[in-house]
Amino acid sequence: MLVNQIAVFLENRSGRIAEFSKVLADANINIRAMSIADTEEYGILRAITDNNAKAVDTLKSNGFNAFASDLIGFIVADKPGEMFKVLDILEKSKINIGYLYSFAGANKDSAIILIKVDDNEKTSAILEENGINLMGDGLII
Amino acid sequence: MFYDKKQECLSKRAKHKLQSERLIDVVKRVYESVPTYRAKMDAIGLQPTDIKSIDDIVKLPFTTKQDLRDNYPFGMFARGPEDIIRVHASSGTTGKLTVVGYTKKDIDLWAECCARGLAAVGAEKKSLLHVAYGYGLFTGGLGLHYGGELLGLTVVPVSAGNTQRQIQLMVDFKADGICCTPSYAVFLGDELKKANYSTKDLNLKWGLFGAEPWTEEMRREIEEKLGLKAYDIYGLSEIAGPGVASECEFQTGSHIWDDYFYPEIVDLDTLKPLPIGERGELVFTTLTKEGMPLIRYRTRDITALDDSPCPCGRTGVRLNRIKGRSDDMLIIRGVNVFPSQIESALISSDERISSHYHITVDRINNLDVIEIAIELKEDAIFDEIKSIEGLVSKVKADVASAIGVTADIKLLSCGSIKRSEGKAQRVTDKRQK
Repeated sequence: MLVNQIAVFLENRSGRIAEFSKVLADANINIRAMSIADTEEYGILRAITDNNAKAVDTLKSNGFNAFASDLIGFIVADKPGEMFKVLDILEKSKINIGYLYSFAGANKDSAIILIKVDDNEKTSAILEENGINLMGDGLII
Repeated sequence: MFYDKKQECLSKRAKHKLQSERLIDVVKRVYESVPTYRAKMDAIGLQPTDIKSIDDIVKLPFTTKQDLRDNYPFGMFARGPEDIIRVHASSGTTGKLTVVGYTKKDIDLWAECCARGLAAVGAEKKSLLHVAYGYGLFTGGLGLHYGGELLGLTVVPVSAGNTQRQIQLMVDFKADGICCTPSYAVFLGDELKKANYSTKDLNLKWGLFGAEPWTEEMRREIEEKLGLKAYDIYGLSEIAGPGVASECEFQTGSHIWDDYFYPEIVDLDTLKPLPIGERGELVFTTLTKEGMPLIRYRTRDITALDDSPCPCGRTGVRLNRIKGRSDDMLIIRGVNVFPSQIESALISSDERISSHYHITVDRINNLDVIEIAIELKEDAIFDEIKSIEGLVSKVKADVASAIGVTADIKLLSCGSIKRSEGKAQRVTDKRQK
């Protein structure tokens, strides 16, 4: 069970994120979650939309570099210490996290956390063994 | 395959004799009919009768692009309008156009040179040639067009532009060969993929690419993208147009058709002739042209010659790959840099970047700064900042080791750099000249 996201390369100049959102708006694609990592020169925007395949095609034909990839997503209770619990498991299993983003879930008592790791299969297995509540695309879209 | 085997494989001795006869004749002609040449020769006390063989060529004065500009438009013509049947003009990036006039014989000679080049890469009567060089004042299109027809090929005069139609025609007509600028060939390859075709939908076997300096890395890229064998064709409008020299199947350098165009290499600073094999500025003398013969014309192209035997049997002395044109050469913080060196470094640096780039040079606080804009390929994979940073720092290091100067690397999305349908404009120099 994995969560599909899109990654988009953005040059760091004014209006570029607006262009990105306009392209998706014009194609009637809804953004459900988003995070941006940036440096002075450029950024990488990661997002989950209600149609990632269409989003990638649309973005590409509008001059963006975009591609889809899979993340591990899990649901935790929306209270202090819950994220640490999971990260601690991963740390002890020597799983390195490339990046992470999270948002409060649809119901106010839970939060969704998405992580990028090198080996999705192995990481999923470890989390499942430890009783972590993994999720797929369904909950977000 | 040969267009004219006997002439292309002339022995050294026979060629020396022919070149000598032709030089004596052309010097006499320009002295009589081109005031600039008469003045140049008179100034150094040289008479046409002082030229007794091709070895005396070193006594003659040089001709420069400035001479052509000073005589704009028709002042260098050796024949009157009644004999001139066509005019071309070069795509000068600065200043006035340089104009070239051709007699009927000149057009035929140029077509013959292009026919030799086409035959040398395997074109034959039944081949279909897709000419995607621009037709017009630029010599590329019409030169290969006439050469193709002379050889008896089926010529498709597509000219430059309208890339979608180009791809459709290549797929539908199943062209055997193509000619265009190397940068446009890369663009065609990219667009082919975008149109959901692959090289299997084409029938291309060979391509002749020229009109701008290009690299071995770019050759491999074109070969992969278009599924053909890519050959270099060299030329410049002042001398004839494309087809002054062409690679054969062995790709040991471009054979100069030196029964018509006599090459020399001279030292960049002293202009003294250099021995075969040494690198310097390429100089041409047109031995038989009538409309606008040029004596020791300085091409500004930097290369070396090679007269070792070629397995193909042709005896035309060969051009090494053009390193760059001296007026493309950038002097950055005192270091000579050719865009072609940067191109080589970029293409081999990271497979996620495309072969399109643009170089901007500026002077900030009295220091030359160079910025190279590069772009991601459409299918590049990246989702972590560290992988993008790794890419940029590797490109930066590779460029620095290739040119000896550190450049700022600006990474852009695919398609951000302006594509060219003719000669690519790859450098912007903002420094005060």
